[in-house]
Amino acid sequence: MALKHVIETERCKGCGLCVDVCPKDVLEISDTVSAKGYFPAVQARPDDCIHCTLCCVMCPDVAITITGSEEKTAEKTMEEK
Amino acid sequence: MGKTFSKPEALTDAHTHYCPGCTHGIVHRLVAEVIDELGIRENTVGIAPVGCAVMAYNYFDCDFQEAAHGRAPAMATGIKRVRPDLMAFTYQGDGDLASIGMGEIVHAANRGEKFTTIFINNAIYGMTGGQMAPTTMPGQRATTAPAGRDVEATGMPIRMCELLSTLATPGYISRQTVLKPKYVNKAKKAIKKAFEYQKENRCYSFVEIVSTCPTNWGMTPLDSLKWAEDTLLPYYPLGEFKTPEE
Amino acid sequence: MAKVLMKGNEAIGEAAIRAGCKNYFAYPITPQSEVAEYLAKRMPEVDGVFLQGESEVAVGYMIFGAAACGERVMTTSSSPGVSLMSEAISYIAGARCPAVFVNIMRGGPGLGGILPSQADYFQATKGGGHGDYRLLVMAPEGVQEAVDMTMKAFDLAEKYRGPVMIMGDGLIGQMMEPVEFPEDFTPTPMNNDDWATSGMATRGTDKRNLVKSLFLDPKQLNDHNLLLKAGYDRMRQEEVRYEGYNTDAEYKLLIVSYGTMSRVCKTAIDTMKEEGLEIGMVRPQTLFPFPEQAIHDAAAKESCSHVVSIELSMGQMVEDVDRCVKGQRPVTWYGECGGDIPTPEEIIDHVKSLLKN
Repeated sequence: MALKHVIETERCKGCGLCVDVCPKDVLEISDTVSAKGYFPAVQARPDDCIHCTLCCVMCPDVAITITGSEEKTAEKTMEEK
Repeated sequence: MGKTFSKPEALTDAHTHYCPGCTHGIVHRLVAEVIDELGIRENTVGIAPVGCAVMAYNYFDCDFQEAAHGRAPAMATGIKRVRPDLMAFTYQGDGDLASIGMGEIVHAANRGEKFTTIFINNAIYGMTGGQMAPTTMPGQRATTAPAGRDVEATGMPIRMCELLSTLATPGYISRQTVLKPKYVNKAKKAIKKAFEYQKENRCYSFVEIVSTCPTNWGMTPLDSLKWAEDTLLPYYPLGEFKTPEE
Repeated sequence: MAKVLMKGNEAIGEAAIRAGCKNYFAYPITPQSEVAEYLAKRMPEVDGVFLQGESEVAVGYMIFGAAACGERVMTTSSSPGVSLMSEAISYIAGARCPAVFVNIMRGGPGLGGILPSQADYFQATKGGGHGDYRLLVMAPEGVQEAVDMTMKAFDLAEKYRGPVMIMGDGLIGQMMEPVEFPEDFTPTPMNNDDWATSGMATRGTDKRNLVKSLFLDPKQLNDHNLLLKAGYDRMRQEEVRYEGYNTDAEYKLLIVSYGTMSRVCKTAIDTMKEEGLEIGMVRPQTLFPFPEQAIHDAAAKESCSHVVSIELSMGQMVEDVDRCVKGQRPVTWYGECGGDIPTPEEIIDHVKSLLKN
């Protein structure tokens, strides 16, 4: 699995919408204040993340991105051609 | 298993000034995603309102104009009439659109101007600090309705989709929300459909988004989502109120 | 080109098209609805845009939206309508967009009347809207000048990137006079690439343009106002236009008057000249920038003992005239504003009464 879930701490305002919506309870609000003065969201249990993007969809500040290449199964590459 | 997710190209890298949990940010992203997907960024002119989203122009990477309070639909009319090849969208709040700008929005829709309106209904004035809006609910507190909105004195909240749908001129009128991921995805489909109607030069398109204002509602971001769902959605039902096909 | 007999309102509409303005938004209001009626027929003939807005407020912002795209655009209205557009005019000045406004004035205040008036002088020259902006204001005395000034207005609006106003009293719009349109007039192309929201693709760039007037940072807003002021100062240097009438003679009294009122004064001056009584007049063609030096110098003439500002109002331009004369001579106002125009005889009587005492 080459997908990488990234929270840009300086963009996060600690609103908690992502924490609430995560189906796997991966996220939490950190107790260390960020440079902007917010308590940002962090991956408390990163291994449970299934990269479903629900947190990204609910984030008002585009603070969460999921990068990397999705693992391509054989027929998928056929499809994409 | 899983998907990638990244910032749409039509959004700048600027950090927004919106309050934590304010759903403006989500709607900005949806509009930007649609602009990317339709490949119209270099041909689009956005019109910012007066209100929290006045500085939307800092967050969209396309030509932008900044309207006077309530007048964005008239500016968009000016744009589309002299440059029908340009894509134009107004992004307006409930004070901007349903209060001072009511004349402009009704007539732009009635003329069937070929631009798209994104209407943020959060039942309060945000930028100016929590005053009552035309969409404020009965009994809902606001700084200019300290004891809660008195409908005897100020009338009932205005439902813009229903109101605009009575116009005989064809148009696309839809009310959505972004309170939950499933709603966000539906809202995006509606926004995309609205921009597609514009791209096909088909009709005026209007998407109302029931939104939150944690700061001025005096609630946490999460409680705001819940309150909006429990209180706003019953009064502002979601759905497509009008499509040009009818 | 042959002269054609035309109503002022229609001539103004035609002048816009000849100047390369193919976009007109307006709202009906007496005494200038004929401009809209004329252009409703004419604009389609030249693939132009004609749209009647739902109010002058909306029209003001249709003008702003179109102008911000870098397109030539005009509207015409009358006094109460211009009041409604004054917020938009302030925004257009603040956002630095070229646009042409025409005010065919009617009596005020309030609903006032529908007959000619010049009572919007303050509104036009001292800022009808909010903030430190100025409007370049030109005041034609007849239909031909209305045409010439309207055509010139587009170049000036683009030169200064701001709103320009043509201000005529109701007669300018309603009367018919022979008028000539320049045959070989080719409108100068607009220079809007670097600022207008014309679409990034149109400009072939990845740099977006932003047309706005909000500057929350006080220093930025002050700098922005200094930038606007520099334009207005430049107008004062380069755009003052006026006509001296009988100002070579040793006149006993100097009249300052503009528009239709000044034409009546010319008749009065000619009549008095035949009787051996020399009267001079300075006729401002631009109300802003105001011909300050010309009026100051004309008042300083040895023979001149009195200056009178004759206006179709309760005396507005008289304040500027007084400011320019700087106490060299007594400055008074004469005029009326109900819609009747003082006759040459009434002006002659008044001038003589002033000279008697």
